[in-house]
Amino acid sequence: MIPAAFEYIRADSADAALAALAEHGDEAKLLAGGHSLIPLMRFRLARPEVIVDVGRVDDLKYINDAGDHLAIGALTRHSDVETSDLVKAEAPLLSAATSYVGDPQVRHRGTIGGSVAHGDPASDIPSVLLAFRATLIAQGPGGTREIPVDDFFQGFLETDLAPDEILTEIRLPKAAGAGWSFQKFNRRAQDWAIVGVSALVQNGTAGIGLVNMDSTPVRAAAAEAAVASGASPAEAAESAAIGCEPTSDLNASVEYRQHLARVLTRRALEEATA
Amino acid sequence: MSIMGTRVLRKEDPKFLTEGATYTADVRDPRLEGAAHVHFVRSTFAHAKITSIDISDAASMPGVLGICTADDIPEDVGTVPAAVPLFPPSMMNRPLLATGTARFVGEPVVAVVAETPTQAADAADMVFVDYEPLPVAIDIEDANADNNIIFDDVGTNTAVDFAMMGMATGIGEEDIFADCDVVVKQRIINHKTAPAPLEGRSVACVWEGEKLIIWLSSQAPHGFKGALPGVYEGIDCQVICPDVGGGFGQKIGGTPEELIMPHLSRVYNRPMRWTETRTENFIGIGHGRAQVQYATIGGSSDGEIQSYRLEVIGDSGAYCGLGAFLPFFTHIMAAGVYKIPKIETAAKSVVTNTAPVLAYRGAGRPEATAAIERAIDIFAAECGLSAVEVRRKNLIPADAFPYTTPHGTEYDSGAYETSLDKALEAADYQALLAEQAARRERGDRIQLGIGVSVYVEITGGPAPGGAEFARVHITPEGKAQIFSGAFSHGQSHATTFAMVAADQLGMSIDDIEVVQGDTDKVPEGTGTFASRSLQFGGSAVYDSSREVANQAREIAAKLLEADAEDVVLDTSTGAFHVQGTPAVSKSWADVAAAAANDGVTLQHEGSHNANCSYPFGAHVVVAEVDTETGEVTVPKIVTCDDSGTILNPNIIEGQRHGGIAQGIAQALTEEFVYDEDGNPVTSNFADYGFISAAELPSFTLVPLETPTPNNPLGAKGIGESGAIGSTPALQSAVVNALSHLGIRHIDIPLSPERVWSAISDS
Ligand SMILES: Cc1cc2nc3c(=O)[nH]c(=O)nc-3n(C[C@H](O)[C@H](O)[C@H](O)COP(=O)(O)OP(=O)(O)OC[C@H]3O[C@@H](n4cnc5c(N)ncnc54)[C@H](O)[C@@H]3O)c2cc1C
Repeated sequence: MIPAAFEYIRADSADAALAALAEHGDEAKLLAGGHSLIPLMRFRLARPEVIVDVGRVDDLKYINDAGDHLAIGALTRHSDVETSDLVKAEAPLLSAATSYVGDPQVRHRGTIGGSVAHGDPASDIPSVLLAFRATLIAQGPGGTREIPVDDFFQGFLETDLAPDEILTEIRLPKAAGAGWSFQKFNRRAQDWAIVGVSALVQNGTAGIGLVNMDSTPVRAAAAEAAVASGASPAEAAESAAIGCEPTSDLNASVEYRQHLARVLTRRALEEATA
Repeated sequence: MSIMGTRVLRKEDPKFLTEGATYTADVRDPRLEGAAHVHFVRSTFAHAKITSIDISDAASMPGVLGICTADDIPEDVGTVPAAVPLFPPSMMNRPLLATGTARFVGEPVVAVVAETPTQAADAADMVFVDYEPLPVAIDIEDANADNNIIFDDVGTNTAVDFAMMGMATGIGEEDIFADCDVVVKQRIINHKTAPAPLEGRSVACVWEGEKLIIWLSSQAPHGFKGALPGVYEGIDCQVICPDVGGGFGQKIGGTPEELIMPHLSRVYNRPMRWTETRTENFIGIGHGRAQVQYATIGGSSDGEIQSYRLEVIGDSGAYCGLGAFLPFFTHIMAAGVYKIPKIETAAKSVVTNTAPVLAYRGAGRPEATAAIERAIDIFAAECGLSAVEVRRKNLIPADAFPYTTPHGTEYDSGAYETSLDKALEAADYQALLAEQAARRERGDRIQLGIGVSVYVEITGGPAPGGAEFARVHITPEGKAQIFSGAFSHGQSHATTFAMVAADQLGMSIDDIEVVQGDTDKVPEGTGTFASRSLQFGGSAVYDSSREVANQAREIAAKLLEADAEDVVLDTSTGAFHVQGTPAVSKSWADVAAAAANDGVTLQHEGSHNANCSYPFGAHVVVAEVDTETGEVTVPKIVTCDDSGTILNPNIIEGQRHGGIAQGIAQALTEEFVYDEDGNPVTSNFADYGFISAAELPSFTLVPLETPTPNNPLGAKGIGESGAIGSTPALQSAVVNALSHLGIRHIDIPLSPERVWSAISDS
């Protein structure tokens, strides 16, 4: 459980991190909270040559009210998101979902940006972003660009970010007053979800993000469409797993995951519309 | 008032809670200065010929001192000594490094020695082993069918057939079920679980001339010392065990990684250290349970059981250690708490291409309880009777002790029905039944199930019994030192053994030091496992304390100018005085000083031999089952565990807590899984379902004390009870929650998908 040797660079600003990435190209990896990357390195499943530690880049740690949306710095720790009054007021779904991430130790180290940039379909936070139809801000050598969440997740642990880019901010449209629900199904309190569902319902439209239902974080598009056309939660939830290609593993077969997606989506929509 | 039976706080805790423990990896002894570090290259195949090992790249890596393969081990270094000398030699003589053939994923093949742990790990990455895969036997029944043979020269995968050895009754000619109205059969899986102590294995060693000094994380320092000469003939050694972070049966004997260390230290002429990673602990040392059982039970339709047959195939893993012997324990405890006139058992163990099975908490007895309790439930369901009433009807009555089962196990003492009554009452059984009926009536999504198990186990086994060493020594200041051959790796001997001595000597436990875990300081010993420490080790402390008190009385008599027969030790004050005249007395300090003056050593040592004991109890577990998802939650656990006379309720409760948690974990979340090729797939704490407090309710612990006549303390073992009763009780609760759907059995662990599948299929 000792990682392979690597060079360590501590970046004190986003610019310094960008410069380091530019220099080392795809041999470098950003280290944020380290709670996804370090386990991979310890198993030697990841062997980056260079680690660029952005854990202390304080100017990317913030939760701001930006008028019609919340702007959250990518390096904000889960625990700060979870306990933020602003998040509780404007995006209670995010606050609730974050409180289910791992355990307190994990939430004090892990960051919202790392959770998203890792592109792990088993992560809870991407499902929230899908439900919100969030926007992601990336900074690279050529400047800053906005990425709609639907374009962000490209494949298993693959995102739209280029090796020389940093995810800097996550923007969530404000949703005070919207119906919401987070359903996480796991065997132990600190476990990753076997299947999870984030639902955000307002004005007859629903955003539904799924955890662990495909090789990337995915939305339950058919169920969302059903809600839009007036279906009841139970009716809409029937199509929750349509188009999803979940994997079969120790905890669940494909069939069981599909079943859970339907059950949890129904529960989520019922709660969000109650 | 005697200190016995009181809630004395653990003497161990202040240190653990303030300065912290010193585990083997923390030991900073000057003799270990400049130690080199070992990293093992492990087989990535479950069964393969090792065709070549290329160490050339690794050997030139920075810091590498040397690389050791099986070929480099000289002939005077032996193989792992047999735990039980019953098996065909090739099965039990496990080499220190895989020799020619690798037989499970995780088996050490090469040892890399380097200046630092990191350099050793980096170099290990550059060792290239060529394997030629061989067909595997992973599943117990598949291995039993001898489809693929693991030891060619043995020709069968059967390790021991206990009936053939006369150690189980075997299946007789007579049909023992001929007269039964109702006969039911069930195949039951008792899956592999990982002991997962929070501290894994760790070794540090150094040669001082011809003497080996070895520190290690072990449950049995003397056991390890006893194992070493099997590998290194005539070796002189001192085994030191500092604080140990749990064992659960994993650290009783010596494992190859530990046993090869003296060799590496000698060859490279350096102190040598190795501390395993979590994954190595999961894949490299072994697992518990691992049986397939076929139970048949028969009786009259009014619920009286007449006959029971249990056939067990145990998985021994790739080599035969203690694990291959465990079906024997299942056999001797097959009858459980019931008076069943006819019992037949068949038991065998088979080798598989998995890590060796070991004696995990309960070791063979939980499996016996699981089988009979499942059988009773299914029999009751077939008869249309309450499983609680069927149990009650067939329990061995309190006036039947000592009771000998039809296949020869002699239970010492028991009050089985009392334990059942108390547990049911504390659980408010009638209210639970009403709640269950109401939910069924309403067709609730979350159904309620009530599971009951009544168990008996053997501690300090195998029968007839065992022994442990103790020396009690009085210092010139009049304080006591206890040298014990038992070894606490969490069990609190420093507290309990001090209490036993305090009660006999009339001293404060603060004046009594317990010395353990060093084979130079403690001349003999066995170790701590099988819930044996208090009954044997505590009894030895009791004996020697009384002897020392007698020696002290002689000296006190001189000081008091009286006859020794007239002098008494008031154990409430620690004062020696002439019977009837307490006003004139001598203290331990007076007596010890006088003894020192006379050149007399106040000391006694010896081993206490005692018969095994048979703790018992009843567990009531409530399960809630989400019928939509199969999710199981556990809102209530009530246990009445009787381990004889209670020395210290705090410590007993701690043992029960841990045991219950592990037992529930086996039923609910924990399973060590190999895929069909023999790759371990639960080799870390993310994938292995180690239970946490969040998945468990607060436990209701009901006390009951039925002393054993087999030792002077009246104490039975409590280490394993919790893990024995709770597993079948939860399994029973989940099945009970779904019984209205016609479900009678679901194998453990009760994963949501498995429960959901059972519901979907019903
Ligand atoms: C025991 C445990 C339990 C957990 N349980 C859960 C759970 O239940 N639910 C859940 O959702 N998660 C869980 N996690 C994961 C946790 O949320 C992680 O913290 C998170 O996935 C990654 O965030 P991080 O800051 O630690 O990222 P890191 O591990 O530092 O990085 C992850 C990846 O993202 C990249 N990266 C990080 N930040 C940026 C950035 N700003 N721009 C571009 N790339 C970046 C890194 O280069 C790396 O490839 C668990 C983790 C552990 C160890």
